[in-house]
Amino acid sequence: MQALYETLFANIDWYDIWLATLDTLLMLGGSLLFTILLGLPLGVLLFLTGPRQLFENGPLYALLSFVVNVLRSLPFIILLIVMIPFTVLLTGTSLGVAGAIPPLVVGAAPFFARLVETALREVDRGIIEATQAMGATTRQIIFAALLPEARPGIIAAITVTAITLVSYTAMAGVVGAGGLGDLAIRYGYQRFQTDVMVVTVVLLLVLVQVLQSVGDRLVTHFSRK
Amino acid sequence: MIEFDQVHKTYRVGNRDIPALQPTRLNIESGEVFGLIGHSGAGKSTLLRLINRLEEPSGGRILVNGEDVTALDTDGLRRFRQRVGMIFQHFNLLSSKTVADNVAMPLRLAGGRSRAEIDQRVAALLARVGLQDHARKYPAQLSGGQKQRVGIARALATEPDILLCDEATSALDPQTTAQVLQLLGEINRELKLTVVLITHEMDVIRRVCDRVAVMDDGRIVEQGPVAEVFLHPRHPTTQRFVQEDEALDENEQRDDFAHVPGRILRLTFQGEATYTPLLGTVARETGVDYSILAGRIDRIKDVPYGQLTLALVGGDLAAALARFEAAEVHVEVLR
Repeated sequence: MQALYETLFANIDWYDIWLATLDTLLMLGGSLLFTILLGLPLGVLLFLTGPRQLFENGPLYALLSFVVNVLRSLPFIILLIVMIPFTVLLTGTSLGVAGAIPPLVVGAAPFFARLVETALREVDRGIIEATQAMGATTRQIIFAALLPEARPGIIAAITVTAITLVSYTAMAGVVGAGGLGDLAIRYGYQRFQTDVMVVTVVLLLVLVQVLQSVGDRLVTHFSRK
Repeated sequence: MIEFDQVHKTYRVGNRDIPALQPTRLNIESGEVFGLIGHSGAGKSTLLRLINRLEEPSGGRILVNGEDVTALDTDGLRRFRQRVGMIFQHFNLLSSKTVADNVAMPLRLAGGRSRAEIDQRVAALLARVGLQDHARKYPAQLSGGQKQRVGIARALATEPDILLCDEATSALDPQTTAQVLQLLGEINRELKLTVVLITHEMDVIRRVCDRVAVMDDGRIVEQGPVAEVFLHPRHPTTQRFVQEDEALDENEQRDDFAHVPGRILRLTFQGEATYTPLLGTVARETGVDYSILAGRIDRIKDVPYGQLTLALVGGDLAAALARFEAAEVHVEVLR
């Protein structure tokens, strides 16, 4: 048994794997937090300035839309490299967890903002009208009606974004971000240590599965339809 | 009192102007139930939404209790809207909030009330609409009629003077419609609330309204007390609505009477006259014989009315007509 384990997992250093997993979780948590903080207001703004909405503003919507589309069309691997000077300015380093978070956020926030915009559009216009008729301010319409009504959609958007971020964190390994992706590239790929590759991929898979089922459960919990 | 002074509304679609409401004068008295009837696209929904400025008028003034609503700034409009309740065809309840939280929403948005005050008010409102046992449910767990009751409770939360009803019963089955209309009538009487409702069903007008305006193509083509408009419709649009309600086709009926001998009259009774044994008396006294060709006896709001189409033969016809007139029955000679 012991012999079999040692042949199969000859190159595995579980402590390294543990550290890499921790890095991945930190990158994911940190970048998801900032993605939501930036992307949610951006999504709300996209929705409000959109055609036939409360603050309809053609030029502003077109501008926001364009910026979002540019950032979304840029391959993430290019974004990682292009962002390096800005990341250094922001965090003092382009390496490790801290160095990975800015490009992750810039990559994911526009994507998340679009999903938020779509979720808000799913809210029945009648709800907005009814809330206006109660004498609500625009701020109240957003916080008391729009966001609560779009909550299941926004939670689903967070789930999809978190999973996208998992694959982005793996890519961030290329520019020295650390984490499971870094391990997979340096050991699994470059040193042909298939066992490391398999273990990291399985761990990433488990992470995605957990995120998806937690997200789905929250969506079900908050859906009252 | 709600006054429309040459109010009009034009939508701009692309670079074309689409008139939705022609310049309109209209007075709605305090405490009455005022109905607006029209087909879709007639402008009734626009007119209703102009009252609380969910639609901005293109011109003219709207006065509510003497106050020019069209001149209000954002903050003034907010406070004004808190005094105007509104219910909707599709209820527009927040699916993410419980029944109690939906009803509490206008109170929370308006601010200035303690949690205890709000809870107490919500409980009283839910009891008034008969939903005290459903406070913790979500709208998706309720039937259509119950949802509209929640909508009514919510609209009444801030003790408004005016209740706007946007096709409030159009998504409900006939029995539920009757219950919701009855509730609206009760609320109108109890709270001395001015109710403005729009509908495309004459039956809704007949059951609850005091006065009605008929709309067609962006203008009011006929208005007056419901009994007046309902029993003696003048404009073709009004006549069509009345016929739809009675589910009869006038032309077809006249054809059917072609082979009936004698004079054909239509008698309209209103109020207590509906229940007097007039026909028999007149027939005995004047010697005319009558046969009833068509008829309907019903109520307009709380007033009974009857409308009978008769064929009269023999006897003293002129005397019979005079007797009917004397009994304050409206007589039309159809043939």
